Amino acid sequence: MIVYWQLFYEFFQIGLFAIGGGMATIPFLEHLSETTGWYSAAFISDMIAISESTPGPIGINMATYVGYNVGGLPGGIIATLGEIIPSIIIVVLVSKSLEKFSGNHFVEDAFFGLRPAVTALIMVAGLTVMQSSFLHLESLNQLAHLASYVDWGKLVFFVLVFYCIKKFHKHPVFYIAVSAVIGIVFQF
Amino acid sequence: MKEKEQGRDRLLDIYIAFFKMGLVTFGGGYAMLPILEREVVEKRSWIEKEEVLDYYAVSQGLPGIITVNVSVFIGYRRRQIPGGLMAALGVVSPCIIIITILAACLQNFQDNVYVKHALGGISVCVTALIASTVLGLFKKGVKDVPGFLIFLAVAGYSLFTPLSPILCVVCAAVLGILIQTVRNRRAK
Repeated sequence: MIVYWQLFYEFFQIGLFAIGGGMATIPFLEHLSETTGWYSAAFISDMIAISESTPGPIGINMATYVGYNVGGLPGGIIATLGEIIPSIIIVVLVSKSLEKFSGNHFVEDAFFGLRPAVTALIMVAGLTVMQSSFLHLESLNQLAHLASYVDWGKLVFFVLVFYCIKKFHKHPVFYIAVSAVIGIVFQF
Repeated sequence: MKEKEQGRDRLLDIYIAFFKMGLVTFGGGYAMLPILEREVVEKRSWIEKEEVLDYYAVSQGLPGIITVNVSVFIGYRRRQIPGGLMAALGVVSPCIIIITILAACLQNFQDNVYVKHALGGISVCVTALIASTVLGLFKKGVKDVPGFLIFLAVAGYSLFTPLSPILCVVCAAVLGILIQTVRNRRAK
């Protein structure tokens, strides 16, 4: 029972403070894994992959996925509801004075600070996923040979995928499916 | 009595309309726009096309998942708070169903050697997808020295301390307002 309350509370906070849509919730989910120990950094990568490859908003998919893994079906429902309740409250409030909100210069000014901050937060979350995938920095203090910190095959693959994403602009599902096949073939 | 029944029909209709949209949209955000216009503007003429774009613009400036925010705006516009609730529940219902099924499957096959290799490949791809998102956000949102300093500060702060992203977001918003206010005063 306590875990359900905690799920609701945590996802309510995410719904209230994550600005910039689904990808902006990743730093919060990352932080949640550190504070609660509910799941690992490798789990976050599975979560993103599944959420990008299924229909529906990625932010909601991730909330359901985390909630399900923490507390089964009720957990999934509670996490999802927790994340959307702030939206419902805020949108209802804003709907009543939409003109005031969209013409408000404070909102635009706040975004001057928010955009770089959210970018940095998502980048750091990405680094954590990268670390669980092919950079093994946790052994950095052992003074081993520098090359052993990096899974070179995966690093080359990373550069290739990144180049293709920038060049061809296909849907993420396409890259995820191809990467799954390559992972099996090269035994990643 | 008749009027009451009509109202009930429309609430259910709102739920079904947004359920359908949640089911066929991949990726959320702007990916939903064409489907939204077809379902809500052309088929049902619930609102005007320009209103959809306004709601989209405002939704990006609000906390929470953008697709959910837009859905609540439209639902609220039709049937006040119950309408907003139905729209939000409709758009997240398919996510809950699909993700629960997938998460349950993945739990059962996680130890399978092929699934492990596939997930290994996918995790590299997910990192590349995040990197590409970060690059896009950086180009759009970090345009001058103060912006870049905020980016650096938040990146450093969240790399080396396990403190909450909520604090980063709140500070960045306040800082954005302060910086822009000072600039506007100087410009005058």
